[in-house]
Amino acid sequence: MSIGVFALLLIYAAYGLPYRGDPNALVNQEISLTGTPVASSYYIENAMTDANTPNMVTTVLGDYRAFDTLGEEVVIFAAGMICFLLLNRERKREARKQ
Amino acid sequence: MNLFDFIAGHYDYWFIIILLAIGLYGMTVKKNLVKKLIGMTIFQAAVILFYISSAIKADATVPIIMENLPVDNPANYINPLPHALMLTAIVVGVATVGVAFALLILIYKNYKTLDENELLELMK
Amino acid sequence: MKHGSSSPIILLLSRVLSPYIMLFGMYVIFHGHYSPGGGFQGGALLASSIILIRIAMEEKVHQLHFNKAYGIPLGAVGVLIFFGVGFIALIMGGHFLDYGLLPFPGIITAELRFYGILLIEVGVGLAVMTILVSIYDNLLEEDDDESI
Repeated sequence: MSIGVFALLLIYAAYGLPYRGDPNALVNQEISLTGTPVASSYYIENAMTDANTPNMVTTVLGDYRAFDTLGEEVVIFAAGMICFLLLNRERKREARKQ
Repeated sequence: MNLFDFIAGHYDYWFIIILLAIGLYGMTVKKNLVKKLIGMTIFQAAVILFYISSAIKADATVPIIMENLPVDNPANYINPLPHALMLTAIVVGVATVGVAFALLILIYKNYKTLDENELLELMK
Repeated sequence: MKHGSSSPIILLLSRVLSPYIMLFGMYVIFHGHYSPGGGFQGGALLASSIILIRIAMEEKVHQLHFNKAYGIPLGAVGVLIFFGVGFIALIMGGHFLDYGLLPFPGIITAELRFYGILLIEVGVGLAVMTILVSIYDNLLEEDDDESI
């Protein structure tokens, strides 16, 4: 079927992807193509001196990119409000009909 | 460039492509609305796995600072940036599934069915 | 659920396991600096310990555990904690969410960022726990004369 053709096309396209964990791949370089330093190597080198925290992922989420975590929390709150507003209106309409 | 190095370097992409195909099959071929939602969840899991598998380096460890591996050499630790981005993506997926279930409950209360073809007949 | 489970194994095991899952969830939140974890993961564990009691017991008992009227107000308190920390840093003369200027006496800048991240994670954990439990409660409101 067409989904099998889609899967075979993607497997053929995966020949050009880099090897798993290759140190020469463009993802793992420490200086980008234009000569500027890369954000990931800055986060690894300066997490302990900036925030006194051994866990680098928490430092990236809570200190360097805290604005994205704020937007994340507003998304969860908005989902909770949507469920409350959708499913409580039916109660009041049916209670008022009877 | 022998065959064993090629398979050991590319086998994770093949598993992710199989998961993508299973999710896409569930979203397009199945007729029930709840099964389409489950297909969407499997598709999201495959995309998140693809990002995290692009962050590893050879002979590197998890991004928590250990005493005997100095921080001056960034080749000792794997890339922490995609892990932080994918935490946000997982939570957005959970919120999407919650809102989708609320909409499905309202559809069932109004039309008394959850089949795609019967819904298209009833909505005309 | 409206009617509790009738099997004594489920009743006993859910009552015994729920406090330990809640304790482990708090451990995951507060040790987010030294091991994998943080706000979102701990919040999901805390929510699962409350939903376990809601599946196993009847309605009178599980409303005593965590009342469903506390759902959305506590979620709003969690978002306000996050905003409050950012606002205090803005009032003290820095950028928004710049933890180096929080008004704790006698702590240097690197330690202040440590405590700033800890306050953020507590706020996120509280909001995630209460919102997930309130989504579960709203999805299960049903009439008495309707059976799906």
